[in-house]
Amino acid sequence: MSEFIQYTLQGLAAGGFYALSALGLAVIFGVLGVVNFSHGACYMLGAVLSAVLLAELNVGFWAALIIVPVLMFGFGVLMERLLVRWLLELDPLYNFLLTFGLTLVIVEAVKQRYGVSGLPYQVPAGLGGQVSVGSVNLSVYAIFACLFSVVVCVAVGLLLTKTRIGMIVRAATEAPDRTRALGINVGLWVTPVFGFGIALAGLAGVLAAPTRAITAEMGSNFIIILFAVVVIGGLGSILGAVVAGFLVGLVEAYGIAYAPTYAQIVIFVLMALVVLVRPSGLFGREEVA
Amino acid sequence: MSEQMTAKVDVDLAQPSILSRRNPLRYVMLLAGLAVLVMLPYWIYPPVAMDILCWGLFAISVDLLLGFTGLLSFGHAAFWGGSAYCTGLIATHWGVPFPVAVIGGAVFAMLIAWPIGYLSVRRTGIYFAMVTLAFAQMLYFIANQARDLTGGENGLQGIPRNFFGIELVETDPFYFYYVGAAMILVGILVAWRVVNSPFGRVLTAVRDNPARARALGYDVERYKITVFIISAGLAGLAGGVFAVSHQFASLQELMWTTSGKVVLITVLGGIGTLWGGLVGAGVVVTLEDYLASSGFEGIGLITGTIFVVIVLLFRHGIWGTARNVLRRYVLDRRTRSRD
Repeated sequence: MSEFIQYTLQGLAAGGFYALSALGLAVIFGVLGVVNFSHGACYMLGAVLSAVLLAELNVGFWAALIIVPVLMFGFGVLMERLLVRWLLELDPLYNFLLTFGLTLVIVEAVKQRYGVSGLPYQVPAGLGGQVSVGSVNLSVYAIFACLFSVVVCVAVGLLLTKTRIGMIVRAATEAPDRTRALGINVGLWVTPVFGFGIALAGLAGVLAAPTRAITAEMGSNFIIILFAVVVIGGLGSILGAVVAGFLVGLVEAYGIAYAPTYAQIVIFVLMALVVLVRPSGLFGREEVA
Repeated sequence: MSEQMTAKVDVDLAQPSILSRRNPLRYVMLLAGLAVLVMLPYWIYPPVAMDILCWGLFAISVDLLLGFTGLLSFGHAAFWGGSAYCTGLIATHWGVPFPVAVIGGAVFAMLIAWPIGYLSVRRTGIYFAMVTLAFAQMLYFIANQARDLTGGENGLQGIPRNFFGIELVETDPFYFYYVGAAMILVGILVAWRVVNSPFGRVLTAVRDNPARARALGYDVERYKITVFIISAGLAGLAGGVFAVSHQFASLQELMWTTSGKVVLITVLGGIGTLWGGLVGAGVVVTLEDYLASSGFEGIGLITGTIFVVIVLLFRHGIWGTARNVLRRYVLDRRTRSRD
């Protein structure tokens, strides 16, 4: 039983990384209609940046938690302004391909600069060690990562549903033309929303840095699983992205624990089942085909 | 939202082909193409020439879906790599002549394409790309786990190249090229035939207006699954020849970067042009070969940048641009001669 709780916690912590990143992916898709292939690379950049900040500027984990998302926001803004913007009017597949090309460039650049072996990163002071609850030993950092991502997801959810900014963004997502007709400059919101989505991926990267190997390739598998997450949750749905993120994290953790050979395959079987039974995803709106 | 997302590529099939059957230029170009095919191993290192043809057919198989049916498959590595492994296993264990093994690999690719296609065509546009990508990655993990069969990270090494005891073909890449090229040519002809058939016309209808195609009584999903399986078979044929040519099948063949590379080649050659795939493959394979032999490490930097640039500025691709220029020139001359 204690092992089961341990795996559940690990799953929720990993699910937090997926949920945060998938949330970013979903917000970007919602407002721009762009599926950002480079999301995995941005997650990797988040982790690499926090390692580099620590090694060269001695900036710790807590500061990185603020600084890295801000830097990634800037990166996202640049990406949208310089590249993505020009293809928004065209078929979304073009931006998918554009961001795929960017992924190759980012991953290769990091590989050239920092090599293929992992960068070191310690679990921040105060979050190391274990706590014992009854007979169960739980890693403090896993609890923190899990709670932190839940808090961020809830905060983003509240931002989108309870504030005026959120209202505008949601309106721009659902009916851009009518929103424009009501006097809102939709184009003005596109860039910050893209940056925000990238920042979320970067944040997930910072959170992952203390527990995962920080390499240029760490985003390569991540992005594929992220796609499975949004297919399961329904790409248009914010709630779907978060729920499916934690669900996939759990499935993956149980898979690694009880059937290590099939751990990664289970996720895709889950995706196949969802596509078979509910093609639009668990929380997605029905497609009219 | 969904249906508008299918790839509306800037291909205008409604325009009359300037190279109509009676136009001598058509035959000149066909002959020139065949001549290049024959001369290629004289100009460049034969294994590289073989790579160009393999990637070319692979790109054509992707174009069959992307350019002519409006489906972007981002998981075609599953069929290329799946066939590479299957071809290798057949050739190693049964010792049959390699064309038989390659056909076995292609059939295997079509068999796995059926369930993948059945599930994937339930979504369109960008979703289709993501779902196919995920399924291909699933196959990658399976191949990685089935070490006894696939050799895991080491790959499948020393695939024999039996060819009815004809030693020249078995050992010399130069002569092997011509047998391989003949097989690739068959694949290209199949693709050409599919596009220029009543079946192909329905595919374009499905691409341009699926709702209308359905209203006219065509079972859209079935057409999509069928062309998906045909395309997988062609990708499998290319992957099988590739594996025999290198005498090696590795996990690299199943990676999503391989799926991405073939899409890059297709777009560079020109979406919806069919022949563009061969041109794109020629450029990309030669470039990679040149970079690798000059000791340049960051190939991803170059291919990634090419990808970004062509998507931003050069969406018609090489063949598409050439065709548009030629078309404008010919039409221009026709109108002038009429005046």
